[in-house]
Amino acid sequence: MPRDGFTRRTMRLSTKLANLSGPRTEGALVLAKIRSRMTASCCASVTAVVGPMSEPIANPAKKTPLHTLHVSQGGKMVPFAGYEMPVQYPAGILTEHLHTRTHAGLFDVSHMGQIRVTGPRAAQDLENLVPGDIGGLAVGDMRYTLFTADDGGILDDLMVTRVEDGLFLVVNAACKEADFAHLQKYLPSTSTLQMLEDRALLAFQGPDAVLVLERLAPAVAKLSFMTATEINVAGIPCFISRSGYTGEDGFEISVAADRAHELAVLLLDAPEVAPIGLGARDSLRLEAGLCLYGHDIDPTTTPVEAGLSWAIGKRRRSDGGFPGADHILAQLKDGVPRKRVGILPEGRAPAREHTEIRAPGGGVIGEITSGGFGPTVGGPVAMGYVTSEFAQVGSPVELVIRGKARPAKVVKLPFAPHNYVKKN
Amino acid sequence: MAELRYTEEHEWIRVDGDEGTIGISEYAQEQLGDIVYVELPSVGTSLDQGDEAAVVESVKAASEIYAPIGGEVTEANDELNGDPGIVNRDAMGAGWFIKIKVEDASQLGALMSEQDYKDMIEGLN
Repeated sequence: MPRDGFTRRTMRLSTKLANLSGPRTEGALVLAKIRSRMTASCCASVTAVVGPMSEPIANPAKKTPLHTLHVSQGGKMVPFAGYEMPVQYPAGILTEHLHTRTHAGLFDVSHMGQIRVTGPRAAQDLENLVPGDIGGLAVGDMRYTLFTADDGGILDDLMVTRVEDGLFLVVNAACKEADFAHLQKYLPSTSTLQMLEDRALLAFQGPDAVLVLERLAPAVAKLSFMTATEINVAGIPCFISRSGYTGEDGFEISVAADRAHELAVLLLDAPEVAPIGLGARDSLRLEAGLCLYGHDIDPTTTPVEAGLSWAIGKRRRSDGGFPGADHILAQLKDGVPRKRVGILPEGRAPAREHTEIRAPGGGVIGEITSGGFGPTVGGPVAMGYVTSEFAQVGSPVELVIRGKARPAKVVKLPFAPHNYVKKN
Repeated sequence: MAELRYTEEHEWIRVDGDEGTIGISEYAQEQLGDIVYVELPSVGTSLDQGDEAAVVESVKAASEIYAPIGGEVTEANDELNGDPGIVNRDAMGAGWFIKIKVEDASQLGALMSEQDYKDMIEGLN
């Protein structure tokens, strides 16, 4: 076969597998690139782009409180955002993904940043930095929001929960240092900040999650989607929200680091529960149409372009008062040149990140920002940006994969239906 | 009497007369994880030794497969279209990728025996 000049996104099998033994795993190759790109886009420090055979010179990978458990469960450990995390367990990504949608999966997401903002004006103070309605949250209410930049770009996406003495934030692992610095710099002095270094975070997702958890803590059944409360689980104090990153019903559990292993073992003991790695976490969120920071959203995308206008609070649309408000609110009024959409390849070849999107028989109209195989869908799924004229559901497009234009179409997100348990 | 050889790229070829069957090794499928897609060349394609012959995709990424020796593609394993997982379940048998009409059997001399390949993998771990 003659070699064309198309951009190679595949890799020699020997190179890939050579990195699979020892600390440099297959995941390391793919994820090291993701990590360096994420770090570059949300942190001030310059990070060298990682070549295929090398790792950036860095501190040894950090470990979460569940590291020993992952290894004992046969986790395939890879570096991710400075931590050694399980990309999968012996069951494999497909099985772990499907198990989560049909039963219950337990994920370690302790690498993410947990931050407390304390003070009588915490919600109002945070509104200086995000476009969401934080002031309107009652204690126990949770909201998805964004740190925006002065030009309207997105610095990170995060979850904010109103608690008794202020707010509880969960931010992305690769951005947590930068986010903390951002808060320190711009949050009014009426609020104090604390990075919670001594806490673990577990995600417990799937239709059986509530069944398992309520055996140990009956009160969880009362939580509705996007609410949180302190609950003791078999005597272990936890802060639990009914939320997640899979599209399924489920919970996110913040627990003291020194009780995390105990809690995880308790949950894994239930027959419905399996441990799930980062590989399946990614395929689950992609099918759910959820953005991954550093890929689907970054400093070059505005919330409106990203289809996240719903995260801009109603009051905030008239009042503004967040970075980039002028540009973002103007986009709400005047429209945007490009939009994030779901894209379904018509064939079986996955379309990965950076795949060129073309008009049928025409020129470049955009790029895939997340793409892979959807186990629940049973075929390739993707998200990307296209110029607005092609953003209508049903629009045919072409994806250039290994030098060949392949048919696809714009589809409605999510690919797998959401199963959130909302308040009546 | 079929001859089995391996490449450093974790491909295997089984040659019987002038028919060669090509696939990826047990080690390769295990390391790749769940395979979700295989792209094979069309029948009639002429491959030189070392040419890109196929693409195999796991959930996370795509990998290139190269022709261990040169030849013309006589058959592509269509079963892999509907069930790429066959490669995981039986990489050395039902998970074969393509069959070729061997052009130059002496090219096999450059490839590894099963024992040499086993030693190589041991060295990787």
